[in-house]
Amino acid sequence: MKTNTTTGDGFNIEINGTVGTPFTDNAKMGSRNCDVFYADKQAIFDINLDIGKHEIIAMIGPSGCGKSTYLRVLNRMNDTIPICRVTGEHTLDDEDIYAKKMDPVLLRARVGMVFQKPNPFPKSIYDNVAYGARLHGLASNRSELDDLVEASLIKAGLFKEVKDDLQKSGTGLSGGQQQRLCIARAIAVDPEVILMDEPTSALDPIATALIEELMDELRQNYTIAIVTHSMQQAARVSQRTAYFHMGKLVEVNATDKVFTNPEHQLTENYITGRFG
Amino acid sequence: MSETTKKIQQGLKKRYAREKRFRFFGLLSILISFTFLLVLLTTISSKGLPAFQQTYIKLDVLLDEDVLGVNKTSEHQALFAANYGKVIKNSLKTMFPNVKGRKQKRALKNLVSKSAAYDLRDEVIKNPDLLGTTRSFWFLAKDDIDMFMKGKIDRNVPEADRRIKDYQLLWIEQLMTEERLEKRFNTVLFSAGDSREPEQAGLKGAVMGSLFTMLVTFFLSFPIAVAAAAYLEEFAPQNNRWVDMIEININNLAAVPSIVFGLLGLAVYISFFGIPRSTPLIGGLVLALMSLPTIIIASRAAIKSVPSSIKEAAVGLGASPIQVLFQHTLPLAMPGILTGTIIGMAQALGETAPLLMIGMVAFVAEVPSGVMDPSTVMPVQIYLWSDSPERAFTERTSAAIMVLLGFLVLMNLFAIMLRKKFERHW
Amino acid sequence: MPFQTLLITLVALLIFSYFIGHKRSIAVSTLHKGRRNLHSRPHYYGYMVAIWAGLPALLILFLWSAFSASMVTSLTISGLPDSMQLKTHDELGLIINEVKNIIEAGQISNETDLVKRNAAIHYQRLHNISSLAKTVVVLVAALLGLLLSWRMIKPETRARNRVEAVVRWAMIGCASIAVLTTVGIVFSVLFESLHFFQSVPASEFLFGTKWSPQTAIRADQVGGSGSFGAIPLFLGTLLISLIALLIAVPLGLMSAIYLSEYASKRFRAFAKPTLEILAGIPTVVYGFFAALTVAPFLRDVGESMGLSVASESALAAGLVMGIMIIPFVSSLSDDVISAVPQAMRDGAYGMGATQSEAILQVVIPAALPGIVGGVLLAASRAIGETMIVVMAAGLSAKLTINPLEAVTTVTVQIVTLLTGDQEFDSPKTLAAFALGLGLFVITLLLNVLALHIIRKYREEYE
Repeated sequence: MKTNTTTGDGFNIEINGTVGTPFTDNAKMGSRNCDVFYADKQAIFDINLDIGKHEIIAMIGPSGCGKSTYLRVLNRMNDTIPICRVTGEHTLDDEDIYAKKMDPVLLRARVGMVFQKPNPFPKSIYDNVAYGARLHGLASNRSELDDLVEASLIKAGLFKEVKDDLQKSGTGLSGGQQQRLCIARAIAVDPEVILMDEPTSALDPIATALIEELMDELRQNYTIAIVTHSMQQAARVSQRTAYFHMGKLVEVNATDKVFTNPEHQLTENYITGRFG
Repeated sequence: MSETTKKIQQGLKKRYAREKRFRFFGLLSILISFTFLLVLLTTISSKGLPAFQQTYIKLDVLLDEDVLGVNKTSEHQALFAANYGKVIKNSLKTMFPNVKGRKQKRALKNLVSKSAAYDLRDEVIKNPDLLGTTRSFWFLAKDDIDMFMKGKIDRNVPEADRRIKDYQLLWIEQLMTEERLEKRFNTVLFSAGDSREPEQAGLKGAVMGSLFTMLVTFFLSFPIAVAAAAYLEEFAPQNNRWVDMIEININNLAAVPSIVFGLLGLAVYISFFGIPRSTPLIGGLVLALMSLPTIIIASRAAIKSVPSSIKEAAVGLGASPIQVLFQHTLPLAMPGILTGTIIGMAQALGETAPLLMIGMVAFVAEVPSGVMDPSTVMPVQIYLWSDSPERAFTERTSAAIMVLLGFLVLMNLFAIMLRKKFERHW
Repeated sequence: MPFQTLLITLVALLIFSYFIGHKRSIAVSTLHKGRRNLHSRPHYYGYMVAIWAGLPALLILFLWSAFSASMVTSLTISGLPDSMQLKTHDELGLIINEVKNIIEAGQISNETDLVKRNAAIHYQRLHNISSLAKTVVVLVAALLGLLLSWRMIKPETRARNRVEAVVRWAMIGCASIAVLTTVGIVFSVLFESLHFFQSVPASEFLFGTKWSPQTAIRADQVGGSGSFGAIPLFLGTLLISLIALLIAVPLGLMSAIYLSEYASKRFRAFAKPTLEILAGIPTVVYGFFAALTVAPFLRDVGESMGLSVASESALAAGLVMGIMIIPFVSSLSDDVISAVPQAMRDGAYGMGATQSEAILQVVIPAALPGIVGGVLLAASRAIGETMIVVMAAGLSAKLTINPLEAVTTVTVQIVTLLTGDQEFDSPKTLAAFALGLGLFVITLLLNVLALHIIRKYREEYE
């Protein structure tokens, strides 16, 4: 739906619901009528979205548009902020993730997260990767744990670089390696979904390329939702792209379509660099 | 549900139990501290509250001119030197005529405090016409009697283990039936200096000593601390070795044991510079050095919080750095500086250890009237009283603590008020 | 003139100088094309004159007063007959003290000992000369300063810059007092300690296990020469501090964790200041409480369990001291725990950690250096704490690590040695300074280490 576009700054264009294809048949996770409030201030307005199995969905939009906030809805990370309130229905495999009987600890083990700034714990590389397994009691003995750590590091593409330094501190690695360590840490607990909150914004282009490659491989086994500030990255890694604007979900479409032929004027303005 | 999920679910119950336990221990730790605080305060106040009352005894005294050896026309000197103890003793004798034996007679005399004679003397000097008449006077009771009246001496204890003997009990009973015993508000506690006799001991000397000491401390530490803080925050060059040294020293001094400052005072102030010991002057000098780091650190924080835009505006109008400091930065930082100063002074007010080194533990009965008079301070007075064997001093110690805590609360409240009233968010 | 009179005169002169400086600058400026031509505002000229008149004179006054007593004394000593010069330092000190007492009592003419009488007369003459000279020098300095600066007042004189330079130097001076204090502490304890080690070997002090500082008054008394082995004192200090830390560290740390991670805003707003009250209560109050309530309570509890607990047990002192430093540990821990970046916690929560798991496995390990620094500071405070142990711990220097027995500490002994009757140069009083030196060195090392660790930690996260 288009209205007046004379200025093109996006502020006098109306958003009436989401255009495109927010829903899929093979949804892994989904949200209906999602609102988020910080104290009295509403940060997210009525988001409806499905995330399909084994797809990478990219969430883009200008800063402050609510894309990160929405991502944190999906593993209840917002629970840790006392003033934050989430409404609506949110499902993981048709289970209501905000239901009373849903355990946030279990949920976060199933829906892993990688953060904007690499945040390895101030422990050894080995302990970082083994952290989740120890936490949840996933390995029954040392050799099982060793195998799990090795497998996770291999999956994260980090094993070759660090195999001789497993006892060195995780904080001593380079930024890109730290972020891959965090990915290894996340996949070590065998999650079903991985949420990535601008995982490469603090990294250089080469490290970024490595991570993007890794994401493509991870897609075989996991569902991935990535928030990114880089439209090129969204175009490179994702199958579907969701465009957020001022707390609203404006458009969801196949990534090719969003970047070549967006349906909504705001999306077009954003991807053509008129604002953002 | 996947294999992993199942495994995780198995451990969850245990983990949540641990979580709960951990949380409980956290709360418990806080509650332990609170309990201790509560026990401390209630113990002190339950022990100290009775001390705000004191037992008085009413005696009908015949101011016999023959016994006193003076009459209405006598000189002041003669009136002053007359033996008033004797007439009081006589008055007690007439009231209890059957007292026999030296021990009992001594005990009888000791129903009233030694100060009774001085009180009587002052009355007579004020009004010589009293001479020759019989009048009723209320005298301070001796500490044992006071303790008994406050229920601190159990009459069911065997007589041998009891401070008040059976015959004394009879006297007290008689006095009570005649309504000659009364508990009144303890004015002595606030109007007298220290004394070896518990019932005559008061806090005024210590309060005045503390006041003079704090004055010295304030007038030394406040200007020095503010100047030092202003220099370090606004003028000190970066990466200057002297400045680094100053900073390290300030941080270290804040953590040096207070008793070491006492040694400094003893070796430098007293032995080297010859400043008289036991005076508020030397106490203030030592405490000033001690409270400097606290005040400097607080003042620096306050000065730092003044936004640089204001300073830049003044500089832009042609003010020199010193003018900016005195006309803008310091006035704006003053509430914070004063708050820090009050907190530093409160610490100094409660400080005891270094003052023991510089002779402020001496027994001083006189109320000091200046910074050069020998004196003690409140916390040291508490220490001295707590060391005294008489029971009645325990009560007075607790009362002194209550007074000291009262002053500290007032100071802190004032600091909080100051902060609330002038707090600014830039 | 006595000190106070001189001081008041100087202050009056100071104020007077300000006004004539102020007036003179206006007068001078009107001669030269008006006030706008003046380099600085007139009151700066006033300040300038006042500083010139007051500052040097005040400095001279204070320095002279500080040093004249010791100068006069040493001159008096050198004026004593040659036979007296051979006497020891202590004996000379005694004689001088007597001489001073004679003068104070106004008994010079009644003194029968000719030597002392002459010394007293000599002392008083020197004192009078010093006093007179001080008055003259100070007043001349003030007037000279006034005159010189008055003549300096010209429109082109940069009065403001001059005044500000003085202010700046004064500020540097104030800041440097911190360094001077440390130097003063070091010199005072070091100097007297060296004296002490001349009569008692350092090895005995450091490694001796027997402490009984009572030196005999008469030579034939039993136990004539006291023994000064400080090991029992340091062991006692260590024992009590350890008990205190065993209480304060877990309780303080858990309180800090609860307050910063779990407590609601309202509970925190109430609990934090309430906890701080514990830190604001004077130590003498804790001492009184420990001696009067806690120690008897522990003794009774011990008795009911068949244990013999000394009435001045290390446990009672340590326990109360521990409670006292809880807020110290908790506020320092609170600071470092809050400084751990939220990203660390998010990382743990994102993996599915419960709150306590995130705290214990991620937040605390990350904050550990800061917490260790805080604990070291708390230890230094426990070691240097005086009043609680003076009032609640004993005087017997026993070599024991049994917390139910009475032990004594370094600070207790310093207080005991330096209060009561004392002659300054006996090994007994000097021992206190040696103990003070030990205390200062230990706490200084702990502080430096702790502050270093904490600073390193802060740098890592800021």
